[in-house]
Amino acid sequence: MLNDTSRPDPDELLEKVQAKEEEEKRGKLKIFLGYAAGVGKTYTMLESARQRMNELDVVVGLVETHGRAETEALLSGLEIIPRRQQIYRGVNLTEMDLDAILKRKPQLVLVDELAHTNAPGSRHPKRYQDVEELIQAGIDVYTAVNIQHVESLHDVVAQITGVWVQESIPDKLIDEASEVELVDLPPDELIKRLRQGKVYVPEQVGLAIDKFFRKGNLIALRELSMRAAAERVDDQVRTYMDDNAIRGPWQTAERILVCIGPGMEGTNLVRTGRRIAAQYGSVWFAVHVETPDDLRLSADQQDRLTSNLRLAGRLGAKVTTIQGDSIATALSEYALQNHVTKIIVSKSKRRLSKIFSPSTSDKLLQLSDRYDVQIIAPTILEQKIKPKELHQNRVRIRPYLNSIGVVAAITVVNWLLHFSLEPSVLIAFYIIGVVISAVYFGPGPSVLVSFISVLAFDYFFIPTKHSFADFQYTLTLLALVAVGIVISYFTSRLKQQTTISKRHEQQMITLYALGKELASLNDIESYVQAILKNASETFGHNVTIFLPDIKSGASLTPYGSYAKTTVDEYELAAAVWSQDHGKQVGFGTDTLPEAKARYIPLTTARGKVGVLAIWTGENKTVLTVEQERLLESYADLAAVAIEGILLSEEAHKAQILGATEKLQSALLNSISHDLHTPLVAVLGALSTLRERSAVLDDNARHNLVDAGLKEGDRLNHMLSNLLDMSRIEGGALRLSEQLAEIKDLIAVALEQVGNRHGVHQVNLKIPDNIPYVLVDPGLMVQALINILDNSFKYSPPGSPVDITAQLLGERIEIKIIDRGPGIPSEDLERVFDKFYRLQRPNSVAGTGLGLSIVKGIIEAHGGTVNAANQPGGGTIITLVLPVKTLKTGSKLE
Amino acid sequence: MLVIDDEEAIRRFLRVALEGQSFQVTEAVTGKDGIAMTTAQKPDVIILDLGLPDIDGLEVTKLLRQSTKTPIIILSVRGSENDKIAALNAGADDYLTKPFGMGELLARLRVALRRVIQPINESVYTDGDLIVDMAKRLVTAAGKEVQLTPHEYEILITLVKNAGKVITHHNLLREVWGNGFENDFHLLHVNISNLRRKIEPDPTRPIHIISEPGVGYRLKGTE
Repeated sequence: MLNDTSRPDPDELLEKVQAKEEEEKRGKLKIFLGYAAGVGKTYTMLESARQRMNELDVVVGLVETHGRAETEALLSGLEIIPRRQQIYRGVNLTEMDLDAILKRKPQLVLVDELAHTNAPGSRHPKRYQDVEELIQAGIDVYTAVNIQHVESLHDVVAQITGVWVQESIPDKLIDEASEVELVDLPPDELIKRLRQGKVYVPEQVGLAIDKFFRKGNLIALRELSMRAAAERVDDQVRTYMDDNAIRGPWQTAERILVCIGPGMEGTNLVRTGRRIAAQYGSVWFAVHVETPDDLRLSADQQDRLTSNLRLAGRLGAKVTTIQGDSIATALSEYALQNHVTKIIVSKSKRRLSKIFSPSTSDKLLQLSDRYDVQIIAPTILEQKIKPKELHQNRVRIRPYLNSIGVVAAITVVNWLLHFSLEPSVLIAFYIIGVVISAVYFGPGPSVLVSFISVLAFDYFFIPTKHSFADFQYTLTLLALVAVGIVISYFTSRLKQQTTISKRHEQQMITLYALGKELASLNDIESYVQAILKNASETFGHNVTIFLPDIKSGASLTPYGSYAKTTVDEYELAAAVWSQDHGKQVGFGTDTLPEAKARYIPLTTARGKVGVLAIWTGENKTVLTVEQERLLESYADLAAVAIEGILLSEEAHKAQILGATEKLQSALLNSISHDLHTPLVAVLGALSTLRERSAVLDDNARHNLVDAGLKEGDRLNHMLSNLLDMSRIEGGALRLSEQLAEIKDLIAVALEQVGNRHGVHQVNLKIPDNIPYVLVDPGLMVQALINILDNSFKYSPPGSPVDITAQLLGERIEIKIIDRGPGIPSEDLERVFDKFYRLQRPNSVAGTGLGLSIVKGIIEAHGGTVNAANQPGGGTIITLVLPVKTLKTGSKLE
Repeated sequence: MLVIDDEEAIRRFLRVALEGQSFQVTEAVTGKDGIAMTTAQKPDVIILDLGLPDIDGLEVTKLLRQSTKTPIIILSVRGSENDKIAALNAGADDYLTKPFGMGELLARLRVALRRVIQPINESVYTDGDLIVDMAKRLVTAAGKEVQLTPHEYEILITLVKNAGKVITHHNLLREVWGNGFENDFHLLHVNISNLRRKIEPDPTRPIHIISEPGVGYRLKGTE
């Protein structure tokens, strides 16, 4: 079997290669790990940095020398990035200037005291997050930290030393560091140095100093740090062996599951889980089972649960919440599905009500033997600092009063009936009361009802009236109490479960509705609006979406009415950070926690889409685990939807662009041909005249000049058409409207067309009632010229052209009718298209732009134009113009 | 005759064409040179391009108008009504859009020159069958006396005094009706329409009162 599996899985290898590539882009982290202050971490760090000064660009991000001369001496010659001033509550604090370092972009930066907590208002609450960002930016980091700050060892250290260290760094950092160097000093030596005053002692430790620096403590801490460093070495060996397909006999496939509840013991459980997982080098899961009991969690318990789960996430666990009726069953199922080998649970405090039911751990063992169960006892320390458990389940009086009312009512009814009915029948009525109370008022009231019913029945209806004598009935009534308890227990469970599943159903419905709504929309603006509306209704908080603005190039622009008033520079920076790093930031997270909103990056498999912000920080509400999960689903849905619409918009644009390009190249071909032809004629005529003038007779010269002129004219005509067209298409067509007389416009057009295409008889039929029209006279004349030009050009010389105008309500209809060959009916629609020319045997030269210019001009005036054939031959071009009047009243004589 | 244009091809072509008509031609390339040469040589007509390298032609027109009444004919590729109106308002006498026919330019030149050489101060104006006797306030068309309203007569007289020159709607309205009526185009159109019906042989294709759409009117004038 070993032989079969000794070769690494290709996918796994690929993943490793990718991870390695990823890692190469990232900076490397070297941690100088000490077991107490004064062992010489900073000194060692500076010394190793100096060794690399010549080969690397090294700067000092932040180093605390605590005034020690030998340490300070090591700083000389190193570039130091000035610290950033931060004023918090009037106190001037200095912090490492993260942005300055990122801007300076050295190859290696030194950052002391990794576990430091930044001043409020900094980008990250913790310095190790600054370091993570530096590594992310491809900068190598040297840093120093003491063992007691390592998160998973936190409580162990606290147990050893009795000092609770506030600041901690996640284990992940140690795990992922490319190197961990143990800085060691024998405890005796350290105590000597301490006595000599050579050790800087942080103020907060001041009082605890004697307690902390006891020899026994130091030895234990030293061992801890050595073990941590050794485990790291182990890790390196293991990775090396994996890389090189070496399998050792110790390779266990442990998979560990930690069951997390809302209790105080959760934190300890998480840390223990992480420690055990680290020892085995195995994956681990942190699972919370949501049971109907969860509905009764107090706000404190909710918060604790959330923070425990988050801690687990930070420590590298796969965090999941599952639903189930019983913790053990759900957990067991999940464990089997995920091939978990070890389940860790805390020793549960047995409630009186569950004294007879097996504990979770027992049940887990009963359910399967494919995993071990490890039970963790609460630590002494936690018991010590454990605050009073706040039971938020306040006893509500009302249901009890109601239930007493029920009993009273039944008793009255029974009193009226007891003359005709047997007492045993009356009991049935009391049972109804018990059931009603169980269903509507809960278990407590229903038990109360049972008891009062017993008393009332005994007192009022037992034949030996007003006494408690009859034992037989008492027995019956005791059974009644039992019924009450059982019914109310099941009813309340059922009710709670229904509530949970209803809530889930509600969430599903909300998401489904959003999905459905989005499917019916097709532009980004309405998408965003729909998501905003839906999300703010669902979460009860204002919601904003940030999207990159392609037009302005700004990295993110807020959408949604709420954003306009609240998004300041800080909030925008938070959104940008979230997008850039693909992490949740803002209120309720560890990054930029002072922000007013929580920022959730919208990412899809393809990349970053934008950021969703939910303004929870404004009234300081913490989202529940469930809401966070829903929010993530929302963000996923929104991201995919927005990306989808962006992609389809892009595709649409690309399609249009493609079509436009095709059209443009076709046009370019056509235009260059049309422009070249007359130019060739002009040049030909001119060069002939110059070179062969002597041999040509007068007549020939005249012909050449005429031909040249005519072609020049044509070129001119074409160019002005093209210019007109580009003005119309470029949207540069601005109408300067004036009142004009149709007759006058036609007259001017006729004069300008002149006898270009032979003499035609023009019949004007324009009644006197035609009002003046508000048009751009120049453009309107141009349009008329183009139409008349066509009419004259395509109709035989001498044939009449009719121009009529008539008033049709609010519109004026102008018709230009020629006696030409007409237009084939299939082309009637297309004659107004750009560059469209009728294919005719004796094709007349033209640009194919004339009528499209007409269309452009007329439409710019709010009119329409169309072409039709006249029965019996000829073309009718019909213009319809709206009658617009001047706003100022016109004075007539 | 002074040609102010920065394009050599146009200057050369104008020189050849105009000298062929026995005009004396001098050339200037920039607006500044043009103004200097106007003061120095006192040309009879100035042909001015709007797109000059140093000063815009419109500016040149305004500057020239401060010192001289020499007719200015504008040549320009800018053909919109607003450009024309602006040039005429700046004091230009006529406006031709490039490209133009030589015949057209010569006709405009002759009209301009005629006004220089013999200003219209004689009391009788004749153009074909249209006779306007300003002393007697008598208008005859096609041999018949025409009855005109006072406004129609004023319009006609204004056009006659500036025969060959485009009068903008604006100026015509102010000239005839006075200040405050400059934008009452409707009033002008109606009167012109009536005037044409009385003096034109075919009012739908006028030969005397020519429309410059969007700009103004011009009495065709004899060359």
